[in-house]
This record gives sequence, structure tokens and C-alpha cells, in this order.
Amino acid sequence: MMKKVFERVYLALLLIFMYAPIVTLIVLSFNSSKSRAKWGGFTLNWYVNLMSDEAVASALVNTLTIAVLATVFSTIIGTFTCIAMIGISKKMRSVIMGITNIPMINADIVTGISLMLLFRFLHLSSGFSTILLAHITFNIPFVMLSVMPRIKNMNFYVYEAALDLGASPAYAFSKTVLPDLVPGIVSGALMAFTMSLDDFIITYFTKGSGFETLSTLIYSEVKKGIKPEIYALSAIIFVVVLVLLFIVNRAPASKTNKK
Amino acid sequence: MKLFKNKKSAYLMSSPYIAWALIFIVVPLCMVIYYGLTDSHGAMTFSNIATIAKPGYLKALRRSVVLALASTLVCFILAYPLGMILSSMKLKRNTFLVTLFILPMWMNFLLRTLTWMTLLEGKGVINTVLEFLHLPTINIINTPSAIILGMVYNFLPFMILPIYNSLSRIDDNVINAARDLGANSLQTFLRITLPLSVPGIISGITMVFIPALTTFAISTMLGGSKILLIGNVIEQEFTQLYDWHLGSGLSIVLMIFILINMVVESIFDKQGGLS
Repeated sequence: MMKKVFERVYLALLLIFMYAPIVTLIVLSFNSSKSRAKWGGFTLNWYVNLMSDEAVASALVNTLTIAVLATVFSTIIGTFTCIAMIGISKKMRSVIMGITNIPMINADIVTGISLMLLFRFLHLSSGFSTILLAHITFNIPFVMLSVMPRIKNMNFYVYEAALDLGASPAYAFSKTVLPDLVPGIVSGALMAFTMSLDDFIITYFTKGSGFETLSTLIYSEVKKGIKPEIYALSAIIFVVVLVLLFIVNRAPASKTNKK
Repeated sequence: MKLFKNKKSAYLMSSPYIAWALIFIVVPLCMVIYYGLTDSHGAMTFSNIATIAKPGYLKALRRSVVLALASTLVCFILAYPLGMILSSMKLKRNTFLVTLFILPMWMNFLLRTLTWMTLLEGKGVINTVLEFLHLPTINIINTPSAIILGMVYNFLPFMILPIYNSLSRIDDNVINAARDLGANSLQTFLRITLPLSVPGIISGITMVFIPALTTFAISTMLGGSKILLIGNVIEQEFTQLYDWHLGSGLSIVLMIFILINMVVESIFDKQGGLS
């Protein structure tokens, strides 16, 4: 069928468009010539150098530390707030959700600038703490938006039944309400982690000088000329992400198989 | 709902976030507006906002709007057929394919743009391959075309996802009914599929247009340093020229564009919901 062939070709072309740069990057990470266009033979030098490159190592550690901490804090604050929303008047709830939406709708550059102005006004020295505060701020909306729908559709009769049957509120909560929320909390936390890892613009405006995450390090290197070590690092990141995704996708499948 | 003994405890529980949102969302925005509407002596002025009308600034803004519109259009043209193909496939295969299209987003945004620098350079990978095949080389690095390419590459998944979601939610029975009632495939598409996918299209457009309009990294990397977008201008005011008042004033202009976009979106969303 003509249509089928056309569909296949279209899919293939778009996939090539999406993956050609990534494949190029991985190939270049093994290229011994420093020029990006010439193939100088296979080498693992850039990977070896990467191990001893302190600037890249510290940027990687900074990025991961901030992403993990921002995810933990934003997930806790976001989830607690969503639960609290149940007992709040409708009007107040919509005001809170409206404010929560602002960082999602607003341009990152404006969010970044506004936070920079705040931190300068408060005389907070820019660096780790300011980036962390900024990341928690833009992560909370992602957590809340994925937990809120679950709260709205929840059936609280089970909770009340548990209370009637003599469970303490804390026990009833952890056995009836919390399990329903877990998928929303997990997907919110995942979103937050991804956003935090990938963020450049907001980090750029709140970082101050002398503190680098991977994104800001790459951006500053673009102006000086990219070190091939960065290719090696990005190849590693891509493979790690691929493996993680594979595990995440396989995990629920194997569970259902057992059942 | 008896989860809370009284309203007070619910408010108490939400108060940390309310305080957080006030300090880190509301107050900073008010500061942008304050700086944008005052001069360095603290006197109220509209001159920061009016600066946008000066030739250099207006040019950057116009260029940003044109490039953002162009890349949004290209994203839409590429993503809509893809969404239709994906939603017509069997469930198991299409979730895998959708993941494949989102996967590049997990690579750092700057790395993805960086690779296009490598590919497009005068003596870059694409031209080396073209020369090897004795084909004419392309020189689009440091031109607006390269910036559009970078925007499309980075933001395409934002367009694919909502369009795919809205298309896959359409009930097959509705389409079958239209066909049974004698509509040909073009009529079915124009009067059933397209109107039902409007909400997805609108949210796709917003998710591509706003970041494309306000980016400064893509234009720095793929446009050389010569092609300035409004994002670059604002960034320079803050990081190089230290004119926070002017930078904030220009940010207010950006926010006005975002507001207009939101209004347009809500109008179209209502129409899409009605049809």
C-alpha cells in the first residue's frame, strides 16, 4: 500500500532528524582528531581525560546534587500542599493554583531574572543555595499539577470507613489515601528531576560567578570552543538515560508478568 | 470530607507553600514590574518599556516574533502528520515510538543545540559528507535559518505530544460514523479530526512559541553573536550592561506577549470545545 510506505518513510525521516545529532555526538566522542569534521582514528582519550577533569566532575556533582535535593523538597512541599487543598475553600484553592501556574506559563528568562532580582535584594550570595531555591520554586508546580488530579478524583469514604473501624487518622491516611497518590507523586517527582537536570536559563541567572552546573559549563565553553571531553560526557549521559528508561519501562512489565 | 478536623489545620498545612509562593513567585514578579517602571533614581517612568520602540530593540523583537512564528509553523507541519500516523498505530508499538521521539529531550538542551553547531559548520559534518558526495555544500550556520532549525529540533517534542494526545483520544466510532454517512476522507479530516484536535494544537503552539520567542541560548550558539533576539538583548542588559531597569522593562514587554498568547489560547480553546 502506498500510504503505508509513505508513513514509514515519514517516520524514518523524522527519527533520523531527531537522532542524527546524537549519533554524531557519540561518534565524535571517539574521534582522536580535535577537529570536529575530520576523522582521526578511534580513541578513548576523551573518556580517560574526563575522569581527571575537575571542572566537569564538579559541575556534574553540582547538577546531580541540586536536581536530587530540588526534587525531594519540591515533592514533599507539593504533595503536602495538594493534600491540604482538600480542606481549603474553593476560592482560595483557585487562587493558589493560579499563582502556581505562573512559573509554568511565564518565560524562563523572566522567571530567572525575577529570582535574580529577589536574591540580590535579599543579599543572598549567589551559588548553590540560590540555584536550589530557584529549582524548588519551578519544580513545585510540576509536582502539584501531577498530584492534584488524583486528589480531585479521590474517594474519601474508604478513609472515613477506616476511621469508623477504629484506625487512627495517621494509619488510615497511610493505608487509604497515600497509596492512591503514589503514582501521581512518582510522576511529579520524575518530571521535577528531569526539569531540574535540563534547566539552563533559570540556573544561568541565579548561579552567580564561580559556580557551574553542566548546562552553564557547556554554555561558557561554547564561547571558548568545545572540549572533546564534553562529547564523551554527553555520550555517557545519553547511554545512562537510555538504560534508566529501559529499566523503568521494564519494571512494571515484569511485575504484571509475575501476577 | 473529614480528612481535616477543621479548616484551620488545612490552612496551617498549606501555609508553608503559600509563603513560599509569595516570596519566590509573587514578590520577584512585582520586583520586575517595579524595576521596569522606575529609573535608577527610583522615579516612576515608562521610558524603559518605551525603549522597545527604538530601532535596534524593535528589530530584535520583530526578528524574535518572526523566527518564533516560523519555527512554530514548521513544528506544526512536521508534528501533525506524525501525530496522525502514531495515533493510527497499534497501542504497543506507538507508545514505544512516542518514547523514541521524547527521548532526545532527556539530553541536555545545550548539548542538543551544540551538536547542530558541529553538524552545520562550514567544515562541519554535513558539509564534509556533501563534499564527499560531490554535492553543493550548505552554509546556514550563523543565519536565521540555523536558528529556526535549532528551535524546531529542540521544541518539536512539545508539539508532538499534545497533538498526539488529542488525536489518540478521538473516538474511532465518530470517524466511522462520518464515513458511514458518506463523508470522504478529506471531509472527515476537515470536519471531524481537525476540529477535535484543536485543543492539542493550541497547547502545542503555546509550548513551542513561548520558549522560541524568549530563547537566547539557541541564537547565541547557532546565530553567531551577530543575530540578536529579544532574549539576547534582555540577557545582555542583566549580565553585561547591568541595566536592571531597562532589562526589566523589556521583560515586561515579553510578559505582555505571553499574556496576549494566553488570551488567544483561551478564546480558541473555547471554540474548540464547542465544535
